[in-house]
Amino acid sequence: MNLTLKVWRQKNKSDKGKIVEYPVSDISPEMSFLEMLDVVNDQLIEKGEEPIAFDHDCREGICGACSLYINGEAHGPGRGVTTCQLHMRSFKDGDTIFIEPWRAKAFPVIKDLVVDRSAFDRIIQSGGFVSVNTSGNTLDANAIPIEKHVADMAFDAATCIGCGACVATCKNSSAMLFVGAKVSQLSLLPQGKVEATERVKNMVEQMDKEGFGSCTNTGACEVECPKGISLENIARMNRDFLTASLTSA
Amino acid sequence: MKKLDAKIPSGPLGAKWTNHKNNIKLVNPANKRLIDVIVVGTGLAGAAAAASMAEMGYNVKSFCFQDSPRRAHSIAAQGGINAAKNYQNDGDSTYRLFYDTIKGGDYRSREANVYRLAEVSASIIDQCVAQGVPFAREYGGLLDNRSFGGVQVSRTFYAKGQTGQQLLLGAYSAMSRQVGKGKIKLYSRHEMMEVVIVDGKARGIIARNLVTGEIQRHSAHAVLLCTGGYGNVFYLSTNAMGSNVTAAWKAHRKGAAFANPCYTQIHPTCIPVSGTYQSKLTLMSESLRNDGRIWVPKNLEDAKAIREGKLKPTELKEEDRDYYLERRYPSFGNLVPRDVASRAAKERCDEGFGVNATGQAVYLDFAAAIERYGKAEANMHRMENPSKEEIIKMGTKVVEAKYGNLFQMYEKIADDNPYVTPMKIYPAVHYTMGGLWVDYNLMTSVEGLYALGEANFSDHGANRLGASALMQGLADGYFVIPYTVGDYLANDIRTGAISTDLPEFEEAEKSVKNQIDKFINNKGSKPVDYYHRKLGLIMWDKCGMARNAQGLQSAIKEIQELREEFHKNVLVPGDANDFNPELEKACRVADFLELGELMCKDALEREESAGGHFREEHQTEDGEAKRDDEKFAFVSAWEFTGVPSEANLIKEELTFENVELKTRSYK
Repeated sequence: MNLTLKVWRQKNKSDKGKIVEYPVSDISPEMSFLEMLDVVNDQLIEKGEEPIAFDHDCREGICGACSLYINGEAHGPGRGVTTCQLHMRSFKDGDTIFIEPWRAKAFPVIKDLVVDRSAFDRIIQSGGFVSVNTSGNTLDANAIPIEKHVADMAFDAATCIGCGACVATCKNSSAMLFVGAKVSQLSLLPQGKVEATERVKNMVEQMDKEGFGSCTNTGACEVECPKGISLENIARMNRDFLTASLTSA
Repeated sequence: MKKLDAKIPSGPLGAKWTNHKNNIKLVNPANKRLIDVIVVGTGLAGAAAAASMAEMGYNVKSFCFQDSPRRAHSIAAQGGINAAKNYQNDGDSTYRLFYDTIKGGDYRSREANVYRLAEVSASIIDQCVAQGVPFAREYGGLLDNRSFGGVQVSRTFYAKGQTGQQLLLGAYSAMSRQVGKGKIKLYSRHEMMEVVIVDGKARGIIARNLVTGEIQRHSAHAVLLCTGGYGNVFYLSTNAMGSNVTAAWKAHRKGAAFANPCYTQIHPTCIPVSGTYQSKLTLMSESLRNDGRIWVPKNLEDAKAIREGKLKPTELKEEDRDYYLERRYPSFGNLVPRDVASRAAKERCDEGFGVNATGQAVYLDFAAAIERYGKAEANMHRMENPSKEEIIKMGTKVVEAKYGNLFQMYEKIADDNPYVTPMKIYPAVHYTMGGLWVDYNLMTSVEGLYALGEANFSDHGANRLGASALMQGLADGYFVIPYTVGDYLANDIRTGAISTDLPEFEEAEKSVKNQIDKFINNKGSKPVDYYHRKLGLIMWDKCGMARNAQGLQSAIKEIQELREEFHKNVLVPGDANDFNPELEKACRVADFLELGELMCKDALEREESAGGHFREEHQTEDGEAKRDDEKFAFVSAWEFTGVPSEANLIKEELTFENVELKTRSYK
């Protein structure tokens, strides 16, 4: 396949950045999208140019590192996939492909296609946990039965990989799906319910502090989420947050 | 010759750990506040250790090269975590988990370490559930289990095919709680470049800020390396792109012995290689072997027709298929341990029975499972004479609920529907049992320097059983190191903060800066990956699933030559004071190029076959591995002397007081 790439290049945080065009030839449809970029980068290096910087690690869709905005879509065309799981067979010979970084005030660009998502870590640090210390003497794991469908719902929420596609997709750069997923996972389970009120308040407060926008229920996040995290999680968080605001000081 | 003291506590096996905990030194809460600990790596071992130690009151600094601790490669572990809970009433016990692990490791691990691992396994499940880890449950609300290779009980806890993710997010959340409290200082996008040793003790590290390129000095009273395995020495592996040996290798160069480097786990069920541009291989969880049947055609002509696309696997009659694992190992069948399954696949493909274009693939078939589950569903719903289509439809649903995400992952990569056509799989490098030598307290041969999780060598011998890596990472981090590190740190309560102005820090920083400058100024002609790929091929061909003396000797030479060429001719673009992934790779590959040589040396010296180490010269008539307990029942710990393959061998004899060494048979 022969393609034309239009890639966002930005030297560092303070650089203005621009789209640069790269013609690419001899791409196999069996390649993954990131392997295609590897090939492009090797060619750039051998020409003495700087390769395109992008985040990636596991290349099997679970670490959440990869984060490309491809032809105006987070993680590119196709549903339920991360960029690293996208294969070139999704494109046609002669295609022009735009590749940009996640765009959000809370995710500043570090270089080219690499952004700083540490805001997500800080949200988790503000309350995305159960306050239990390591102990060899906690309850037996089977001491509290949990209804299967509740455990399954918690699991579905917990499969979030923290990639940030929801934020990148949202016209308001809202992080409600990410935060809602963690809030839901923990408040659904008996172990997390105990401190659910404090948790939702703290996490929402930190989310606002980081500069993420509000949710206006367009649902784009759910569509682009590679793990199919449901909008219900946002509804659950809103409910928990409202209850928390009404019932505690 | 230098001796290594494993410091195994005396007393009967079952009492060792309890006695040891009762007798080691403690640090009182006020004094813990005066002590700094560095934890490198935020996978299961690192995150668990950082969280637990911060909860206890130590000042922890945590480092990871990823942009967030949650992305450490433990996240990709799929199948599950073992624990001797015996919830299934199938006769499981601490002893059985211990025994299975020792046997699975081909009698090349320490009894005391493995027993402790089995002992704390149950607490891990309790702890994770308390943290809100959503394990799979049954309709009654209790935890579900499944079975893994090399065992005859169901002791594996799981969360669909994402167990590693859920456990890591649990440890990450515990760790994040301590970051929020200020007890852990987090350094993401930082790579450890060197360990700093003062008066024979590890007292800090040199790290590089991967965003700004800044070289930093960090001091502490103890340094914990939780930096994972070195499978990426093969270039193609199931490891993440960034997984590397640098921290462990730098420690080795500074005096830490490296144990059993040749023990590499080749996982039998991965998606086969499809082209030369390939950057990584993807694992299909071992849990699939609970229900999948592995086969190749019985006749060479059929295999050829399949390779050429003239015949579909589904068209092949039952009697024309060779379910070779069931044939060779009737009592364990498709659930033989990984090393055995991998070699059997290689044997069939070498004989010409491979089923993809390259001839390097076998089938993993779910048709029988789909039918079996479909019939069970029909019974449950009291359906009379259900049609074949109905059975398959219902069975497919059951299989989807069990393995849905794995099937989806396969379909995306292979562009083929595994519910209809059998999966094609082939072995790939997955895990490394070898690693930094540690004593019973997890301390390396350098005082104050510890290694946890996959980075150490301690619990899996020559072969790791499935679902035991997660168990070991969390055991080390949650339940071993918090106790054992106190024994050492108790001597440091009056030491005070370690100064980073010491000449040892200065020297270490200088050597790091020199290495970086050399790469940037090298202006060679080939990118880093060019050399990494070449190294990978040498390792796979000559130090992979089967090894022989001649191949290993030539590999050592080839690696030395490649290393020389790499340093002469590698091209690293960009700037040292910038975000520069090529520079990161160059530093990592430089270390792989040394490690590979040591692995070959270790494989050459070990004149037996054990677990993942299969020497062609040492096999039985029917091609099974042949151990030599008289000569090789020891741990090979290597001391760096300047040239990797001229390392000094220190033997730690393995004594077995509680199990009888037997030929490992799964027949």
